[in-house]
Amino acid sequence: MADQTLPISGSVDVTPPHAAAGTFLERLHGWVVTVDHKKLGILYVVYSLIFLLVGGAEALAIRIQLMIPGNHFLTAATYNQFFTMHGTTMVFLVGMPILFGFANYLVPLMIGARDMAFPRLNAFSFWLTALGGLLLYFSFIGGPGLYGMGAAPDVGWFAYAPLTAHVFSPGNGTDYWALALIVSGFGTLGTAINIVATIISMRCKGMSLLRMPLFAWLMLVVSALTLVTITPLTAAQFMLLIDRYLGGHFFDTQAGGSALVWIHFFWIFGHPEVYVLVLPAFAIANEIIPVFSRKAIFGYPAMVAASVGIAFVSLGVWAHHMFTVGMTSVSNAFFVLSTMLVGIPTGIKIFNWLATMWGGKIRFATPMLYCTAFVFQFLIAGLTGIILSVAPWDWQLHNSYFVIAHFHYVLVGAIVFNIFAAIYYWYPKVTGRMMSERLGKWNFWLFLIGFHVTFDTMHFLGFLGMPRSIYTYEPNRGWNGLNMVVSIGAFIQGVAALIFVYNLVWSYFHGEVAGNDPWDAWTLEWATPSPPPDYNFATDPEVKSRRPLWDLKHPDDPDWKYE
Amino acid sequence: MSAIPTVPELQDQPWHLPSRGRIGMLSLIIGESAIFTIFVVAYVFYIGKSLSGPTPGQVLEVPIFNTICLLSSSITIWLAERRIERNEIKAFGLWWGVTIALGVVFLVGTGLEWYKLIYHDGLTISTNLFGTTFYSLVGLHATHVVIGLAMLLLVLVFTLMGRVTEHHAERIQVLALYWHFVDAVWVVVFTVVYIVGR
Amino acid sequence: DVAQNTPSIFAPSSTPSNEIFHLSLFVLGIVGGIFVVVGGLLAYAVIRFRARNQEDDTEPAQIYGSNQIELAWTVVPVLIVVVLFLTTARMIFAIQDAPKPQSALDVTVVGHQFWWEFRYPKLGIVTANELHVPLSSTSDPKPTFLHLLSADVDHSFWVPQLAGKTDLIPNHPNDMWIDPLHPGVYVGQCAQFCGIEHAKMLLRVYVDTPEQFAAWVKEQQQLGMQDPHVAAGRHVFETEACMNCHTISGTDGRGTFGPDLTHLMSRDTIAAGAAPNTPQNLRVWVKNPDDLKQGSLMPAMQLSDQQLDDLVAYLSTLH
Ligand code: HEA
Ligand code: HEA
Ligand code: HEC
Ligand code: CUA
Ligand SMILES: [Cu+2]
Repeated sequence: MADQTLPISGSVDVTPPHAAAGTFLERLHGWVVTVDHKKLGILYVVYSLIFLLVGGAEALAIRIQLMIPGNHFLTAATYNQFFTMHGTTMVFLVGMPILFGFANYLVPLMIGARDMAFPRLNAFSFWLTALGGLLLYFSFIGGPGLYGMGAAPDVGWFAYAPLTAHVFSPGNGTDYWALALIVSGFGTLGTAINIVATIISMRCKGMSLLRMPLFAWLMLVVSALTLVTITPLTAAQFMLLIDRYLGGHFFDTQAGGSALVWIHFFWIFGHPEVYVLVLPAFAIANEIIPVFSRKAIFGYPAMVAASVGIAFVSLGVWAHHMFTVGMTSVSNAFFVLSTMLVGIPTGIKIFNWLATMWGGKIRFATPMLYCTAFVFQFLIAGLTGIILSVAPWDWQLHNSYFVIAHFHYVLVGAIVFNIFAAIYYWYPKVTGRMMSERLGKWNFWLFLIGFHVTFDTMHFLGFLGMPRSIYTYEPNRGWNGLNMVVSIGAFIQGVAALIFVYNLVWSYFHGEVAGNDPWDAWTLEWATPSPPPDYNFATDPEVKSRRPLWDLKHPDDPDWKYE
Repeated sequence: MSAIPTVPELQDQPWHLPSRGRIGMLSLIIGESAIFTIFVVAYVFYIGKSLSGPTPGQVLEVPIFNTICLLSSSITIWLAERRIERNEIKAFGLWWGVTIALGVVFLVGTGLEWYKLIYHDGLTISTNLFGTTFYSLVGLHATHVVIGLAMLLLVLVFTLMGRVTEHHAERIQVLALYWHFVDAVWVVVFTVVYIVGR
Repeated sequence: DVAQNTPSIFAPSSTPSNEIFHLSLFVLGIVGGIFVVVGGLLAYAVIRFRARNQEDDTEPAQIYGSNQIELAWTVVPVLIVVVLFLTTARMIFAIQDAPKPQSALDVTVVGHQFWWEFRYPKLGIVTANELHVPLSSTSDPKPTFLHLLSADVDHSFWVPQLAGKTDLIPNHPNDMWIDPLHPGVYVGQCAQFCGIEHAKMLLRVYVDTPEQFAAWVKEQQQLGMQDPHVAAGRHVFETEACMNCHTISGTDGRGTFGPDLTHLMSRDTIAAGAAPNTPQNLRVWVKNPDDLKQGSLMPAMQLSDQQLDDLVAYLSTLH
């Protein structure tokens, strides 16, 4: 199965892997000045993985502090910086860039293009994003320096006004937060524009919109959603900086400004943002589940419609984060309904994955293990989301560990799981070598166990009334044992993460040589050599169905007969 | 050599996709519209909520002349676009220059308005909510005018150097799209600030 | 008694929390049902359709989709959503728009960075951190309506056993109500991140029997104690900066930045539950508040040991 030679355009000229010439400095220079979508994709992914470790290390510090009541591992001030930096890092320096990394690397290959629409804008966007990350972390050594953790932001990733006003947050932490995210936000905007233009204008011959791989479809939806999602945050952060530096009054409650306006603006960004994060995870599942079930995706048009539907509905549900701010009962009811409606298109996606697996011959290689766990966990996470959308119950659960559990179930149980799936799946394409399956299995099972030990338990802490954002708690609240369990789970996840890193490095040097198409897959990227040459395809490919490589491998029974 | 099933019917069908420049610019405009929407919403929400004066009614004058200049620049740039398509470079340069001139007049007008507001009426960005929202919204728009003018100027310089031909029509039209957007936003800003909010 | 100290949302003791509890069981049933069905099918697929024979290279039958099936799994969730939404909406209106009876007690709650101020406008009482409310019952309803304000940043009032939380937002007054059905002390805490000591902005609600409540009101309405034995301490209070931030009725202290201390000793804890109210803790607190609550907004006043002793002696008389 592995390495059957496919007589496909890209394979005409094979660049041998690991043959990049030149001294170390020359190669480094090559990475810095590159405008190649594949190299930029790799840069994005590596950048995000580093920050995943950093954000994870912050999470571990948080968990050490909360392991026992009244702990003194972190001071109150440091704890607040850590949970703020943890959330901000994970959302803006891990979630967004890694998904853009995959889009960058894969979308041109999947749609048979030689590069992105605007290669130089692409490089510029990456370096803006990187600058944003550096700026955010520079805050630790800015201000009074490393001792006392400098001026790292400590206002939560939602940075509610008026806590962010100069009177309540003197120092520069909040400025770093706003500025870093504005900078990386422009990078994000650039990449989103690029992806939209690439997908709309660069598809190879024959690839009509309804023949695009679902991955490309979802990236199109995500990028379009990003255009109208990240920009409101940028606007609100400009207002915040105007308040802080020019004496403006947007959120100055002493001068008639409104704290609620910030909350609205933040969630007008914040809610669609979580779908920006999760849709690429869906995109990954849409590629992996069919290939490992050996079946075409079930209900392709429904999948497209559902994704577009989710994106649209997600623009109108933001105030479900605000059930406790004292909106009128009618507004509360409205946002309950709109929020619950998201469950319908999302359900369609889950059911279609299920139907794709149904009647297949499922091969449980590591990528599929992760994707299967993803579907289970996303189901649960979605259902806890429905629980939170029941406004009266949310009056209890809001800002409790139940919410923390809900969103880690999505952010870790769905997104991080699928990021791992994607890396195991496309690593052979990118490096030319397979990742170790043996380490992969260890990685998967440990991460799965750690995940459930940590985040299943958190739901109960929420029921028992434990609020979030607290650096310590009383010993007599009945939360001790559960917190200990949560922390132990976090460390199991940490071990799994280390195995993952080890696997990445080890396989680069010792992995089995992969060949072009190790998984016997169907989309165009597998028609190119591994790794693909600079120009991707020697001649522009043409496609006739959604699974061009299936058509090629099954000339007697091609897809285009049915579509 | 291409072994991806070459499909006979496909080969004679032309394969047309929209230009990436236009799609890119449209995407940028959508993103920018979201930024403006937030600022406009903030402006509207805070109308009449300032705790102290001055109020818009006391100090704002409707900038009719300015508005006429900016909006007509949309027409002149459209004329320029038509000329470059037909490779009439001189006429293109002329209309392009007029567009820039109108844009500059608009900026100067805004500058004079702000001068009056700051030095005669004592309204700064920190005076009250009106000042904050007014300077932010109008300033955001003015920033876009400045960026637009800078890019228009670049094209003018290339034109004067004789480097612009009809081959650049597409790119120039993409740039013009941005200028049209800046003008369209002014219509919204004008309505909100000088009509609704006054 | 762990049950007492654990603010579980599943041990409701007031109408709003009780209604929410019943709603939550209903919702839990529905989502649990969905989980069992969908999760069960998924588990079945994983087990049943696993590739058993690694050598077998044939592909399974390719099925591209089915409109009937898509329709079915769109319609069923729509129906579920309708049911969930109607139930939820009913509950929102029932709790949020409940009419206020004549017999209701009014309390204004002001959130401050890291402590709670409670004002009883009709009773002329001002206290902090420990809210006293009367017991309510179906035969003799005596609900307490809370008017929520903030002096600085956003906070959130949450005592899980009594009601869901509602935020205290500057410039945006909110309201909520409770009608506690069992006497006792209910714990909770601030549920909106409000700065460095958000974790120690704890809340205690004392649900008193009618007699207890009447006694408490009577005590709170008295002027501050004037015990000549502790005049030295009182002098420290009046000459150091304490007065700028604290009120003790009967003295010149009229500050409102910190809690009202007139009846300090009627409270079981100090500094929003950061420590039990004992003379030792009072001394530690006044000497250096950061020792009990790092980052609280009360400064260390650099007092001598003698001044501290006098002050604590004085504070200990403020019943
Ligand atoms: C990628 C991330 C992600 C995703 C996908 C979701 C998905 C959902 N979320 Fe979540 N959410 C977050 C990330 C995410 N969330 C984050 C980060 C926060 C907290 C932010 C903060 O405060 O810091 C949050 C908070 C949050 C709240 C606010 C809680 C609070 O602070 O009080 C609410 C309330 O309604 C909510 C609801 C939902 C719902 C209804 C969905 C739905 O999309 C789920 C839909 C899926 C299903 C329902 C399952 C599958 C469907 C079926 C099997 C069909 C049948 C089902 C039915 C008919 C119901 N979320
Ligand atoms: C993608 C997003 C994402 C991810 C992956 C995670 C991952 C984790 N999160 Fe995170 N979390 C958020 C997003 C995320 N979180 C957000 C948005 C918030 C809200 C913040 C706010 O309120 O402002 C939050 C808040 C949050 C809290 C609440 C804090 C509070 O409110 O007080 C907690 C508490 O337990 C927590 C725990 C964890 C744990 C244990 C993990 C684990 O999965 C992590 C597992 C560990 C690793 C994967 C890394 C292992 C690293 C090493 C072994 C060391 C390597 C060392 C180096 C070389 C640097 N998170
Ligand atoms: C700058 C203002 C300020 C000054 C001066 C000040 N305090 Fe305080 N005090 C506070 C604040 C604010 C709190 C609430 C702290 C918290 O709970 O986070 C407080 C709390 C207290 C408490 C606990 C009250 C309770 O019910 O929990 C006591 C007792 C107290 N102060 C006594 C004193 C004494 C005695 C002095 C003078 C020696 C003093 N304070 C000076 C601001 C001040
Ligand atoms: Cu007050 Cu948190
Ligand atoms: Cu949301």
